[in-house]
Amino acid sequence: MVPSITLNSICAPSQDVVAREIEGEVIIIPLTAGIGDMEDELFTLNETGKQIWQRLDGIADLKQIATELATEYDAPVEEIERDTVGLIQELAQRKIITVQ
Amino acid sequence: MTERCNNACLHCYINLPKDDPTAIARELSTDRWKNILQQAADLGALTVRFTGGEPLLRDDFSELYLFARRLGLRVMLFTNARLITPELADLFVQIPPLKKIEISVYGMRPESYDAVAARPGAFAEFKRGIELLDDRKIAYVIKTALLPQNSDDLEALEEWVARNPWMNGDPALSCYFDLRARRDSIAKNELIRSLRISPEKSLVLLARREAVYRKEMAGFCAKFCQPSGDLLFNCGAGKSGCVDAYGKYQMCLMLRHPQTVFDLAKGSLREALTEFFPRLRELKATNPDYLQRCAQCFLYGLCEQCPAKSWAEHGTLDTPVDYFCQIAHAQARFLGLLKSDEMAWEVKDWGQRIDSLAKS
Repeated sequence: MVPSITLNSICAPSQDVVAREIEGEVIIIPLTAGIGDMEDELFTLNETGKQIWQRLDGIADLKQIATELATEYDAPVEEIERDTVGLIQELAQRKIITVQ
Repeated sequence: MTERCNNACLHCYINLPKDDPTAIARELSTDRWKNILQQAADLGALTVRFTGGEPLLRDDFSELYLFARRLGLRVMLFTNARLITPELADLFVQIPPLKKIEISVYGMRPESYDAVAARPGAFAEFKRGIELLDDRKIAYVIKTALLPQNSDDLEALEEWVARNPWMNGDPALSCYFDLRARRDSIAKNELIRSLRISPEKSLVLLARREAVYRKEMAGFCAKFCQPSGDLLFNCGAGKSGCVDAYGKYQMCLMLRHPQTVFDLAKGSLREALTEFFPRLRELKATNPDYLQRCAQCFLYGLCEQCPAKSWAEHGTLDTPVDYFCQIAHAQARFLGLLKSDEMAWEVKDWGQRIDSLAKS
């Protein structure tokens, strides 16, 4: 059951994956079995995804993360919030993150 | 990971006895391996290959496997499957290697398998290993070596492969057998030579599904056949490489020429990849025989000639290996790229011939 993601969700990287930064990209490599369908293709985060991923500390909620990014990149906060929730939904579906 | 093996296959170039005390004493420690794996991960490696000999002979195999996986490396395991235990198979389920396990198969019957592996009872252990993988639906693919002792098994092997859900097409088939790259036994090299398939028989094997073979080779030749020139390394050697059981970093799995290996006790993977190997990749052939033949031969791609094979056969980097030359010429004549009396390095209109093959 994939938890529903809101701006109040607090997330952290799953212990069942290894995240590696290679040439500026974050690549998620499954460690245990049953992490989505990634056995043949690894999951790569784009620059925005990388910035979100690096802030998933199990403390800040998604609204805080999106607000911080909107300030840093001088971008509309609604847009960043939408992108953040969308990415986190996908990561949760793939069991790459845990949701508190 | 080790040059030791629990099989003693007749054709093999790297199979010291499994309890060889000298090899055991020389092999890298667990910590040295971990350090090398860490260096590889730090350099951005995504996949590491564990091979041997038989890598499962190492007592610390599971520890190194887990270490590599926790670094975020995918593990490509080459094994004969004899030493797969329920515990190890469970580990592959829980922490999957993320690459299909590659299993070498030496026969489909106890008589043939054990004759090639030169170890009575080996077939039974291999079958048990396969069952452990099958029971758990662990992905593996099959490779085989075809010798006189198991050549009758090819049909049964292909039937088995056809039922393997993780394989697409024929099993990788080895029958040209490399000599011992450590150049450590004249007698064993003579045995290996005697087991090699003849150029004529290799054609029968390669073209057993002739239409498919011709179609594949037309595409292959269009892509890979052209004179290679005097540069020795036209392959990927030295772009990733292979660490041997004792910490010597080789440009490829096969090349052990002492001037081309990098001692990881004295430097890092990074130094080898960024300084040592790139210098070697600029080496040019100087042997006049090579320059007259191989450097101008358009069958590069069809031919297995390379510095590693030259080293294994002749102790140099640039001596033509006649056996591979004959195999390549036999194929080229069968495909209509050469007339019966022509040598490929004398042909000037090779481009037109390859175009004609592609259109035929």
